[in-house]
Amino acid sequence: MGRLGLGFICVAGALAAGVAGLVAMGAGRAAIPPDTLVIGQLAEPKSLDPATVTAVNDFRILVNVFEGLTRYRPGTLEVGPGLAERWEILDGGKTYVFHLKPGVRFHDGTPFDADAVKFNLDRMLDPKHPAAGTGPFPLSFFFKPVREVIVVDPLTIKLRLEAPYAPLLSNLAYPAGLMVSPTAVTKLGRGFARAPVGTGPFRFAGWESERQVRLEANREHRDGAPKIDALVFRPIADANARLSEMLAGGLDVMPELPADSVAAFRGDPRFRLAEAAGPHLWFLILNVREGPTKDVRVRRAISLAIDRETLVHDVLQGTATAPAGPISEAFGPASDPAVTPYPHDPEKARALIREAGAEGARVTLLAAEGGSGMLEPIAMATAIQSDLRRVGLDARVETFEWNAYLARVNGGLKDAAMAEMAWMTNDPDTLPSLALKGSATPDKGGFNAGYYENPELDRLLDEARAEQDPKARAALYRRVDRLVHDDAPWAFVASWKQDAAVSASVQGFELQPSFLMDLRMVNKK
Amino acid sequence: MIAYALRRIALAVPVLFGVSVVVFLVMALIPGDPALAILGAFATPETVARLNADLGLDQPLPVRYLIWLKGVLTGDLGRSYALDRPVLDEVRDRIGPTLILASAALSLSVFFGLAAGVVSAVRQNTAFDGAVRLLLLVGISTPSFFFGILAAQWLGVELGWFPTGGMVSLFGGRGLFDLLHHLVLPAVTLAVVATAIVGRLTRAAMLDVLRQDHVRTARAKGVAEDRVIGVHALKPALVAVVPVIGLQAGYVLGGAVYVETVFQWPGIGRMLVEAIGRRDVLLVQGGVLVVATLYVAINVATDLLQAALDPRIKT
Repeated sequence: MGRLGLGFICVAGALAAGVAGLVAMGAGRAAIPPDTLVIGQLAEPKSLDPATVTAVNDFRILVNVFEGLTRYRPGTLEVGPGLAERWEILDGGKTYVFHLKPGVRFHDGTPFDADAVKFNLDRMLDPKHPAAGTGPFPLSFFFKPVREVIVVDPLTIKLRLEAPYAPLLSNLAYPAGLMVSPTAVTKLGRGFARAPVGTGPFRFAGWESERQVRLEANREHRDGAPKIDALVFRPIADANARLSEMLAGGLDVMPELPADSVAAFRGDPRFRLAEAAGPHLWFLILNVREGPTKDVRVRRAISLAIDRETLVHDVLQGTATAPAGPISEAFGPASDPAVTPYPHDPEKARALIREAGAEGARVTLLAAEGGSGMLEPIAMATAIQSDLRRVGLDARVETFEWNAYLARVNGGLKDAAMAEMAWMTNDPDTLPSLALKGSATPDKGGFNAGYYENPELDRLLDEARAEQDPKARAALYRRVDRLVHDDAPWAFVASWKQDAAVSASVQGFELQPSFLMDLRMVNKK
Repeated sequence: MIAYALRRIALAVPVLFGVSVVVFLVMALIPGDPALAILGAFATPETVARLNADLGLDQPLPVRYLIWLKGVLTGDLGRSYALDRPVLDEVRDRIGPTLILASAALSLSVFFGLAAGVVSAVRQNTAFDGAVRLLLLVGISTPSFFFGILAAQWLGVELGWFPTGGMVSLFGGRGLFDLLHHLVLPAVTLAVVATAIVGRLTRAAMLDVLRQDHVRTARAKGVAEDRVIGVHALKPALVAVVPVIGLQAGYVLGGAVYVETVFQWPGIGRMLVEAIGRRDVLLVQGGVLVVATLYVAINVATDLLQAALDPRIKT
């Protein structure tokens, strides 16, 4: 052994000793403090201005900083009082008068009053509003029927609508309706998106890019301070990395588990698996304007050909159920219990396709690589492709990255026969009105990418929108459910059971059907 | 030598120009656009068109490129649409972590690669040589994403020796030790393939040189074996190895894209992946320009080092 070898051994030994030292020192490394809850996020938030975001990932942070006039009651999609303690609906549903809770203040100390509500709604709806430049506001269509916002007195606000609009109360509870501090928006402009100020149970305490968004308990909240002192939202884009971090104890809550990892948490005493069904729908948009899917027999055949049970149990590992129609079961009486999912009947599907003369027809299925609520889009597309081939359709899959996918699909299916899509909504009106109505085709600015048109459906949706009596409204949506199921402009494939792995020390954590994550009641042992 | 260096640097300018044109074109050709990424699933063609106009993306491609180029020449890389902050600030924040990670990985691979190659060559055809060659073969064939996930799972989750991600602890200790502790897994993951390549090449080059006349002469003169290997053999062998190390520096920068994602390292690679997803054209342009500049600088430095090692290379 010469000097060279000795030198090498010395350096290598020093490196090994250094690494061992690091391991030893790291062994006592600080775990998550007991007064802090760490949530693993799928991505860095786009913005913390609630009027500008559309992703459930960002909503999880926002509903803890901000509040809306109304709020979903825990465990339901029913709307109860939020910043408004009560309201009246007048003029057959064309006027809403909200009475605001007195004494509410934003985290910056400014009062929450009727002027603040007017600022919030006008900012989204009036392109000439001084703060309109803080947009764009992609969900402003939630409040499109609002014609005028009138301040009656500091604690009373009146909304005049151009037509009755039953989803309004629910939309006000959704993140687009969360109330921001006008003073802070005016002062910070677009910078508000990185320094949000609301009235909620937690106040914003910092955003380090790619590391964390930190919220701290708002001790002055009128309902009392939340049970935990701080919330930390960590963006970990890679699903495997997120899983490792959860297993290593670096996260308290990991929402939206990859289907394959659910089993790892089930039966592990260190974790609890939280689940809650919500109005999520994963479906295929079928091209009703051209190609073989123009024929309702082919569309029904596609629904009969898809083996939903296998998809839901094997591909999605039991994290979803098979839906029947466009109105999610989570909407309670609005969903028709008599409408059941199409059975898996390849024989009948083959017969229908033969009858329609579409045997061997080439159909293109557009698939995304990922995306909000899309579950396992490629594996699902492949399974559906083989189901369709089995009944005599020459199915081809074309895959796109999410962003490119939205551009391709939202512009209309054109020559493609079908496309995957997933929506999470808050009201039975939202999805069919935005994506099935004749007036919602892409050229008219809607999401009806399959160009479905049915005057009967349009009439039912308009009627339901104007109906103030919840029972009568629900009855109308049951008819929508039946009609769309039978006419099959979409093939309904899966309805996700929202899930989260939660560390055993966390108490009071519940997932909500609204997909929002209100953490004021959460505590750690 | 100085004239040679200047010539090499002058040649880099058209390369960087070409890179920027290609990136600009590719970003324009892939479907989807920044407006769509900002508006999300609820984007309609109409709102997308309006926002694109607001962002100045409705102008013809050459015009947009020239505006960008004019900015670059005056030191302004533009503003990121998604982050709403100057590209230069974001790139400045992100380049540090990537340099730390890449230089750690490169140092590891140069040290272990050279050592493995030299020892393996000196002990050619022994069991030791066989073991090293096998290890190097495994190293070269293991994709870093696979190695990274295994390392995070085993050393991070199962044994709890190292953090599974991030650059500093979220709670408690932030300091050099904390940084090094976080650095071990990503740096080793990134170093694996490069170490194997450097090792294999060093071994081959050493075997070649050890057979040459001047080595035999040196031994015959009674020069100490250490000196024969370390000076008479290694120095000429390095002429062949140095350009490969230069190339590895480039690959390490490229590999950082994946390793940074797996280990949540807040570097420029991860920034680029996310910026591409959001179609944040100016951020991608700025990031790629900086990485390309680094790559070119490394290449120039490699050429110069090689010239210094081997007087036969014309300067």
